[in-house]
Amino acid sequence: MKQTVRVTVNGRLYEEEVEPRQLLSYFLRETIGLTGTHIGCIIGECGACTVQVNGTLVKSCLMFAVQANGKEVTTIEGLAEGDALHPVQEAFINNYGFQCGYCTPGMIMAADSLLKKNPNPSEEEIREGLAGNLCMCTGYVQIVAAVKEAAGQVDNG
Amino acid sequence: MIPGAFDYHAPASLEEALSLLSANVDDAKVLAGGQSLLPLMKLRLAKPEVIIDIGGLAELNYIREDGDHIAIGALATYTDLAESELILDRCPLLAQAAVVVGDVQVRNRGTVGGGLAHADPAEDLPAAVLALDAEIKAAGPDGERWIPASEFFITMLTTSLMPEELLTEIRVPARDGYKSSYQKASRQAAGFAIVGVATCLKESADGTCEDIAIGVTGVGDVAYRAEQVEAALRGRKLDDSAIAGAAALVTGGVDPIEDVNATPTYRAHLARVYVERTIQAARAE
Repeated sequence: MKQTVRVTVNGRLYEEEVEPRQLLSYFLRETIGLTGTHIGCIIGECGACTVQVNGTLVKSCLMFAVQANGKEVTTIEGLAEGDALHPVQEAFINNYGFQCGYCTPGMIMAADSLLKKNPNPSEEEIREGLAGNLCMCTGYVQIVAAVKEAAGQVDNG
Repeated sequence: MIPGAFDYHAPASLEEALSLLSANVDDAKVLAGGQSLLPLMKLRLAKPEVIIDIGGLAELNYIREDGDHIAIGALATYTDLAESELILDRCPLLAQAAVVVGDVQVRNRGTVGGGLAHADPAEDLPAAVLALDAEIKAAGPDGERWIPASEFFITMLTTSLMPEELLTEIRVPARDGYKSSYQKASRQAAGFAIVGVATCLKESADGTCEDIAIGVTGVGDVAYRAEQVEAALRGRKLDDSAIAGAAALVTGGVDPIEDVNATPTYRAHLARVYVERTIQAARAE
């Protein structure tokens, strides 16, 4: 039996009828059309589908859409303000923090979450903070450099 | 990787959750953070017809002081545990184990109650819960009961919770004056424990072991207390040779498991090394 969910995504309220077994990742991509959130392994290991729910970093493939009922979700599409990219996005561009780009949305969401909690992380803290996000191109050096550059620029208020 | 279909219930109270569970006891799974259950459902290793989502029950989400105990609601997440000032101050071993569970995302969603009830043999927290002599509260249709951690874990993925019971709280005696360490061996960052050891000890000014408790996970098909190691060290001076001699007893009476990560021999070796390391790390605190 379908359930009604009311979820605010990037500031906009969506009310949708969904099957309870629908994963939040598919809800975002297929039900409301926000394809910035990528689906990689779909068993919770790669982190490509990482989003923020009520400000907390989560893997959207390890959550049913019904569990997001009444909550606020931020996806990669919700970071930029108009044409102004988010500081973490700018830093990923400046440092070539991506190769194929598949892991990038999850990496950026994780980096943003890390910097909100810890505005000036050490390299070890950056690597630990991104441990749930895999880059199959192994472009970690540039990704860590990007997070270092963005450090101190993320509004943690 | 699509889970089977199920009927979804999000009860508004513990009472409602318990009656839903009793009414669907053969078909239901309880969902909290979902970090263990969702992968199982996607792999179709679990195909519950009914899901009872207790994730919204605020009454089960707390960490608070309760006399000389710390009470942890079943829905506290690993992140909550790792960052709680109360836990860091009164029983830091729990935070030391919680902070190395999975990765950030898993720690943010995964709950203490869900993890313990799932009883994965490679889960980190059971080692700490055993070492701390925690008690686990089970609520069922006939009321509540307390289960000592030592009687909670039965075998792989099996606990002494009855099918109609919900784990609602973990109660841990404060360990003031104790020092502790949790360390795990895993193949990669965010990996499951091949071996994890939680050690909590109290030593006198001259280095004599007044009390010690050691929980071990990942080695056997269920987490256990290394009682032979504890007995060998209690009342003894904690010098290197006493520690090394006692650590060799860690797998006494246990059959280390074999899997893709490690042979039984290697697991036993790791367990011995990690017992030594955690004792030394705790003493150096």
